[in-house]
Amino acid sequence: MSPPNQEEKITADTFLRGLWEENPVFVMLLGMCPVLAVTNSAINALAMGLATTFVLLCSSSLVSLFRKLIPKQVRIATYIVIIATFVTIVDYSIQAISLDLYNALGAFIQLIVVNCIILGRAEAYASKQRLSATIVNGLGMGVGFTIALLCLGSVREILGAGSLFGFPLFAENFQPWVVMILPPGGFFVLGGWLLLFNWYRQYRERKLMEQQGASARGS
Amino acid sequence: MAADSLTFIFLNAAVINNFVLALFLGICPFLGVSAKRDTAWNMGLAVIFVMLVSSVSAYAINWLLVRFDIQFLRLICYIAVIASAVQLVEMAMKKFSPALFRALGIFLPLITTNCAILGVALFQTFRDYDFLQCLAFSLGAGVGFTLALTLMAGLRERLELANVPNVSQGAALTLMLAGLLSLAFMGFAGLGGQHG
Repeated sequence: MSPPNQEEKITADTFLRGLWEENPVFVMLLGMCPVLAVTNSAINALAMGLATTFVLLCSSSLVSLFRKLIPKQVRIATYIVIIATFVTIVDYSIQAISLDLYNALGAFIQLIVVNCIILGRAEAYASKQRLSATIVNGLGMGVGFTIALLCLGSVREILGAGSLFGFPLFAENFQPWVVMILPPGGFFVLGGWLLLFNWYRQYRERKLMEQQGASARGS
Repeated sequence: MAADSLTFIFLNAAVINNFVLALFLGICPFLGVSAKRDTAWNMGLAVIFVMLVSSVSAYAINWLLVRFDIQFLRLICYIAVIASAVQLVEMAMKKFSPALFRALGIFLPLITTNCAILGVALFQTFRDYDFLQCLAFSLGAGVGFTLALTLMAGLRERLELANVPNVSQGAALTLMLAGLLSLAFMGFAGLGGQHG
């Protein structure tokens, strides 16, 4: 974490950090509730990801613009009011665009307010950095979150319903694994992804150690 | 059992549609504070308490909002009022019952803006519960949360002694465990809960 009053230069890393190194879902385990609850199909996951990205971008830009005006003592309350305003906008927009989607996502659109990723970004990043860096970083985080949701949503939809984005993938005699679109499936699939990433990380570390060992022996 | 009877609402929120294991609300504290049984128990009590406070204040706020026809402000009002109500109760508790404050105090600010708490307020509004039904609903949700949390903590304490593969250490294993617990809770669906 960079110390306060030290503004960061925008590099490719500002954006990419949200995708892999600090991925909000797979690495930081933040905002778990919508991740598990709305990923029973890929389309819901995508909608949720986009809505969260929008709120994240708008609220952190606003926080970054007003960072010198907001008094330290009431900053959390201010952030929450800003976030709640944008969530209300998203809530009413989705209701106007597609009522089916609105019913599928249910209360989880309004619950974006208490998503820790957004408040966390406002507190840890936007309140210290200038607008351009905040937008790039927020976009990275949002895209990272959306990708993570899609990873879960598509796996669950393929296994649990045999389709992707509503298009059937298998022939008639496919037996759907219904538990995957029910609540336990969410826990299992996320656990599975984390296992995969853990395995990959350990594999890379082992590779690195072997390389170092080989070069030490060679010299 | 009639769908709007108090017993049914309580049972529905506590086990059939358990807040953590079926509706995925409050996963962060569920994963974060479930390592020890004592902490899990205290956290659960704090959640029951905050849910009751926020449910009552949300009921009052909603009545006012409907009266003045400004429902679009609901979300902002709920968040602000729940946060300040909990703060007030916390200060009162510190003054009148220091022992209770020591047990629950550190958890209160943590859970004020947790999705389970806001979820209780939002769901009771969507379902048009009256005052008593709101109380039963929030109590049920809190009891369900505590149940899930203590069960999970018991399982995790056992698991510390188990020999698991190196890769599955940490969050991955906890999530798998939560999946199994959730699978077990699906059995309660037979009691006849409607989803959502």
